[in-house]
Parts: sequence; structure tokens; C-alpha cells
Amino acid sequence: MCLAIPGKIVELLDDRNQYAMIDVSGVRRKVNISLIQHEGVKVNDWVLIHVGFAMNKISEKQALEQLQLLQEIGEDKEAMTEIKGYQFD
Amino acid sequence: MRFIDEFRNPELIKKTLEEIERIIEPDDHFRIMEACGGHTYSIFHFGLQELLPKNIEFIHGPGCPVCVLPPGRVDEGLEIASKNSDVIFTAFGDVMRVPGKKGSPLNHKAMGTDVRMIYSPLDALDIAIKNPDKKVILFAIGFETTAPSTAITVLRAKELNVDNFFVYSNHVKIVPVLKSILDQPNMRIDGFIGPGHASVIIGAHPYEIIAKDYNKPVVISGFEPLDILQSILMLIKQLKNGEAKVEIQYKRVVMEEGNVSALEIIDQVFEDRPAFEWRGLGAIQNSALKLRPEFAKWDAEVQFNVQKITIEENKDAQCGDVLKGMLKPNQCKLFGKVCTPDNPVGALMVSSEGACATYYNHLYSTMNY
Ligand code: SF4
Repeated sequence: MCLAIPGKIVELLDDRNQYAMIDVSGVRRKVNISLIQHEGVKVNDWVLIHVGFAMNKISEKQALEQLQLLQEIGEDKEAMTEIKGYQFD
Repeated sequence: MRFIDEFRNPELIKKTLEEIERIIEPDDHFRIMEACGGHTYSIFHFGLQELLPKNIEFIHGPGCPVCVLPPGRVDEGLEIASKNSDVIFTAFGDVMRVPGKKGSPLNHKAMGTDVRMIYSPLDALDIAIKNPDKKVILFAIGFETTAPSTAITVLRAKELNVDNFFVYSNHVKIVPVLKSILDQPNMRIDGFIGPGHASVIIGAHPYEIIAKDYNKPVVISGFEPLDILQSILMLIKQLKNGEAKVEIQYKRVVMEEGNVSALEIIDQVFEDRPAFEWRGLGAIQNSALKLRPEFAKWDAEVQFNVQKITIEENKDAQCGDVLKGMLKPNQCKLFGKVCTPDNPVGALMVSSEGACATYYNHLYSTMNY
């Protein structure tokens, strides 16, 4: 559970920038982005996601590396299960 | 896309290994603790121990949050749920199989307790909002990686005036436990591979105490094979130069100062517990977080009058010695015989990131080749 999951912001969902729609390998889920507000958030930014929260912004390069790492160590399915598992709205 | 393969580039890996071999001398013996379960996993998966010279030894650290949870803690949470029919117990998947005195959360679920697996603390809050006649307990675990998420969820509960949502906090801190391991008698660790994702939140500064007071180098590392090898090289360079500094190898993700607003949010909602019990390590001062009194309304420990449950651990279980790096997992008397991932005795066997489960799965998969 400690390996964070990279995702791309596709939509900001509220004026206070607390939530965004994130795309992880084609799966879209709402995540909380309050922790990265101070970095300035916009559509197309890449972020690392942990338990439904974006922890920090990362580069696209780093995001793709992290996705590949998850795949290689066989954690990609678990990561997708986690993303799909976020039920809050 | 060349850059993706940069961290698995055989040339770069070979170069790093050669550099390590060039610097290390036959008489050296360096014991390096990787604090994070994610690193343990990577080290095994990529067979890094076999690539490195024999005189570099990995000691697998305490960085898997379910592994360090004292037995009894899960029971306390479950006790509230099984005694009160209007309580829903929620926890991450990793917690679901942690063996308690009267079984794991999954066993309790089978016996009729309302136990639900969640993927985010916000899911637990959502369950509370949708079930106003129930009381929802979030059994919260995790190092600093996860604490800000729980904190925001509490703030959200306050903002939305949700009064049937309660946090049972087991959040722990990485630096106090590393210090406590260094304080153990007979301990010999020469340096640390610092956790990648907990450090996204806390940054590099909290580790200074390990470098300054204990004179041990810390290198915060990424999870790729090359990241870990580079971190080892950085550690060995420091050790050979007689230095002890905190360095960040994982610069592309971890910033020196961490995530400042996450740290503020943790501080707003949580305070240090005077002491917290760790599995196999005993009580460690200021090593865990509880809700501040202002948030007592959402604190399960305040609202439910939790009876402290202490459990005798199986006396042959050597989880503590494994956590301290004094034994390798397969040297535990129960390893692979009584204690397996399907039937875990100790928590190090529960999570896939636990040192014993990682060892077991690795041994098992190599036997099948
Ligand atoms: S094998 Fe089981 S009992 Fe022994 S140290 Fe590992 S988890 Fe603990």
C-alpha cells in the first residue's frame, strides 16, 4: 500500500480545488487534491496518488516510470483495484 | 520512450555495481537497513542482494504499517464493533487479515460483525454520511505517507458536521522507530535507505537526528533497481569517507522540505502520543499520532472507552528480532512451517510488503522454477 500510484488530472471538480478527476491508465476516479493546492494544480498535471489523495506533483516522465515499475513488480493490478475502489463522492 | 528504461538500463546498473565494487574493500562489512516495505519488495523482486558484493547486507526494516501494529490494537477496534450492533468497522485491505485474539477483521465479518474494506479514509466518511443511524469507525494505519489523508478526512467530517464518524488512530512516525532500533543493544546498522513515499511528506530534515546524533548516513531512495543501487553507492561513499549525512537520491519525487501543507494539516489534527507500543519493539516515545483534544468528537478512543487488550504473542514467534534486523525471516522458528502467508502468525507475514511474506514468496517462486 505504500507504493503510490501515478495519475493525470483531467478535470478540476470544485471551486476550492479540493477534488479532481484523475485518469490512471484509462480509469477515472475522483481524488482529493487539497495536499497539493499550494503547488498550484491544473488539468494535465501528473500526481502521485495514495489512498485517494494526491500527495505531490510529478513529471510525466516520472509518472510513466512509476507505472512501469508497478507493472514490473506485479503491483499494477492491485493499484488499479485501489483506484477503482475509491467510492467516495 | 528511452527515458522509461533508464532505471533498468543494464549499462547503468553495471556501471553502478562496478563503482560499488571499486570502492568497497574486502574487509568492509556494511549492514544497510531499508526502512520501507516497498524497498524490501524491490530488493527481492530484482534480486539486488545477489548482484551486490557479499559484504553488503540488507537488514529489512519496520516500514510496513500493518507489520508493526501491536497485537491487541486490531482486537480493540473489533471489540467496539462486535459489542455494538450499530457500529461499522472500516479498514484498508492490508488490515483485514491481521490475526487478532478472536480472529482477523475478515473472520469477524464472517461471524456477522459489520466489517468493510475501504481504499481511502474518505470512503469511510462516505459510509458514515450514507448510514446516519450507524457509527462508522475508521481503523486508521500508516506512516506519514497516510496520516495527512486521515487528517483531511477528519477536517472534512468537521466541515460537513458528520457526527457518526470516528477515527481509531494507529498512525506512526518513521524517525522515532529508526532511533529506537539504533538504541537496541547489539544493534549494528551502518546506514539507512530512507523511505521514498513517507519522505514525500516529511522531506529530508527529520532524518538529520539519525545522521547527527547517531552518526549514521541516510539516503532517501526511489524504488527502481537503479535507484536502490545508486542509494547504496551513495551510502558506501559516505561510509568510506567517514561521513554521516542525509541525502536524497529520489530527487525527482522527494523535496528537501517535504510537503509543507501536508505537514501543517497533520499538525493541525494530530499530536504525538507520549508512547506507543510497536510489535516486537516495545513502547517508543513520541512515535505515534493521536487526534488533538479539539477533535475528540471524532476520536474513537475517546468516544468508545476502548479497553486496552494485551495479547501474549506466540513465544516462538521472533517478529521482534526480525524487525530489529537481528534475524533473517527464514531464521525464525515458525517461518514457513507454522507461519505462512495463508496462515500468518505474525504480522510480518500478513502484508505482501512484510519482510517474512516477501521472503516466503521469493523462496516459493524460486523453488518453482
Ligand atoms: S515467520 Fe511469522 S512469526 Fe516468525 S518472524 Fe516472521 S511473521 Fe513473525
